[in-house]
Amino acid sequence: MTRTSVLVVALALAAASGCSDKKAPASGKVSVVIGSVAPLTGGIAHLGKDNENGARLAIEEANAAGVKIGGRDVQFDLISFDDQADPKVGTTVAQKLVDTKVSGVVGHLNSGVTIPASAIYNGANPPIPMITGSATNPKLTEQGFKNVFRVVGRDDQQGPAIANYLAATVKPKVVAVIDDATAYGEGLANEVEKTLAAAGVKVLPREKGTDKTTDWKAVLTKVKGESPDAVFYGGMDATGGPLLRQGRELGIKAVFSFGDGSCTENMKQLAGEASDGLLCSQAGIPPQAASKKFLDAYKKRFNIDPILYSPFTYDAANLLIAAMKKADSADPAKYLPELQKIDYTGATGRIVFDAKGDRSDAEMTIFTMKAGVLAPIAIIKSGKTVKYEDFIAQSSAAGAGDAAKK
Amino acid sequence: MDIFIQQLINGLTLGAVYAVVALGYTMVYGIIQLINFAHGEVVMVGAMVAYSVIGALGPAGLPPLVVVLVATGCAIPVCMAIGYAMERMAYRPLRGAPRLAPLITAIGISIILQHVAMLIWSRNPLAFPQIVRVESYSIGGATITNVQIAILAISVLMMAGLAAVVYRTKLGTAMRATAHDPRVAGLMGIDANRIIALTFVIGAALAAVAGVMVAEYYGIAHYAMGSQLGLKAFCAAVLGGIGNIPGAMLGGVLLGVVEALGAGYIGDLTGNVFGSNYQDVFAFIVLIGVLVLRPSGLLGERVSDRA
Repeated sequence: MTRTSVLVVALALAAASGCSDKKAPASGKVSVVIGSVAPLTGGIAHLGKDNENGARLAIEEANAAGVKIGGRDVQFDLISFDDQADPKVGTTVAQKLVDTKVSGVVGHLNSGVTIPASAIYNGANPPIPMITGSATNPKLTEQGFKNVFRVVGRDDQQGPAIANYLAATVKPKVVAVIDDATAYGEGLANEVEKTLAAAGVKVLPREKGTDKTTDWKAVLTKVKGESPDAVFYGGMDATGGPLLRQGRELGIKAVFSFGDGSCTENMKQLAGEASDGLLCSQAGIPPQAASKKFLDAYKKRFNIDPILYSPFTYDAANLLIAAMKKADSADPAKYLPELQKIDYTGATGRIVFDAKGDRSDAEMTIFTMKAGVLAPIAIIKSGKTVKYEDFIAQSSAAGAGDAAKK
Repeated sequence: MDIFIQQLINGLTLGAVYAVVALGYTMVYGIIQLINFAHGEVVMVGAMVAYSVIGALGPAGLPPLVVVLVATGCAIPVCMAIGYAMERMAYRPLRGAPRLAPLITAIGISIILQHVAMLIWSRNPLAFPQIVRVESYSIGGATITNVQIAILAISVLMMAGLAAVVYRTKLGTAMRATAHDPRVAGLMGIDANRIIALTFVIGAALAAVAGVMVAEYYGIAHYAMGSQLGLKAFCAAVLGGIGNIPGAMLGGVLLGVVEALGAGYIGDLTGNVFGSNYQDVFAFIVLIGVLVLRPSGLLGERVSDRA
């Protein structure tokens, strides 16, 4: 009873102080604006909407729970923009966000858009913190921008992951490595080759095509002559599909393994039956491996399951909020240092940033194509491989533990 | 040895496709000395039209062979119409212009066709439906698939058919006469404009079939697939002696085989200093070598026979 009366008094006081403050909104809360940018139209609009949903969920939850910054109640507002997966639109939209003085940004989706946009956020005064939940190109965090973070893995963590998995499970003696001579494909293939060589596997001299090659027969015939136990290809699905199909047509029995550029459901159409048994990797954990709390909340709020990166954008938005809480300020200049040294456990596990703004110890997922569906089989973290089922069991056990503590 | 045979089979299949496309370049060049750079795009349109037709017929449950034939049957007239329209609108009005002008309109047409295709069929690589079941046969340790056999057979048939038309029929005689001297041919009662238009249309029909074969073989179709293929086929035509029909066939097959062997053996030959990505460099070194020694191409002298 006394508690209620205290609450009433407190509310009355709050209302009184609210009235005396000219600028505060009617609710007596300070508005903190967070931007979300992703392609909301075009071919990958579904992924963009998924990204936005993740950020939106985090912000709505924070508002429902109530957050105080600088001793005052805060209302988080999300403004969402469409960058159309286009670098030109992306930079325009980034400038708009800077001009509206957002406190932080969750985005963008594509590496090619995020990299030019990051320069705009960095050029703002003060630089606006941005966290991407999906851009994997290493260049993003190699620019030396202090305000740029990513909560997914990098392409150059992926090579060692898939190579180690290959070495451990297929136990090949000889591996052929092929790439498409692009920065992505060659970079990934180099990492794979390095890791395999370190594991004592014989790697054949590199074979190469281009990002437009559809005739791999000559290269594959040569590879077949060396009878490798496994083949790795660094490239996109448009060239990887024909490569896989032609490899099987030539009667190559080796295990084929690809990076994330070819780790798409498209492989089913592009390679047909040959796609069965393909091993491939993606940077990050699959959405279904995110925390149960997140999965349930997402499903309840949006009536669909998360598609791809929403657990990461959810964490990204929560990281911004957590850093603001710690710094007790929504001023980018003040909370940025807190973001750099944050240690936070979110829907995708524990998040700590390294000096570049990359997630330390990011997970990688290994998939296999089974009957035309990409199924996750293993998660790799800190060089350790965990079976996918065990990872799920572990994370749900950890989630239960957290709940028990509370 | 089995690897060598396999590379030969790979090269022959690829070369047969080059040869069929090269015929389109060489026929047009032979008759009006124009390099029709949009020819590669006609190949692409053939593949794309077939892609749409197969997609539409997919649920009907027809036998695969019938579906492919119907798709090719639809692709051919569409490509022929494009070939005709191209000649009528972009080349004929420039017939008397300096030779560089139609070359530029050819490049223009090529860009337009590519972008229209991009608008219609999107910029994504399309998975060309693999409706013909691929069967592999073994020859001396090498494998050859039924699709490869079909490509070889169809290419040979088309080349033989074209040769028969050019060298055995009245139309062919008219074509050769027009190639030789359009004015004198006109005096002999040959409608040169009609013959030139027909040359474009025949070339486009061959391109349509080539497009379907390439897409079915690699299982992929893309709005930009024509430019690379067109460039290679053009080189094959030059290698064989542009304007010369048997030359285009020889040049195509030769280029295909050189490429395959290059990709297969360049690493071994250079101690892995150069990898298989240098297969094009290797192919073009051969091309330059041939052209330095024989500037008019392998069979390029028989100028009077060009058509």
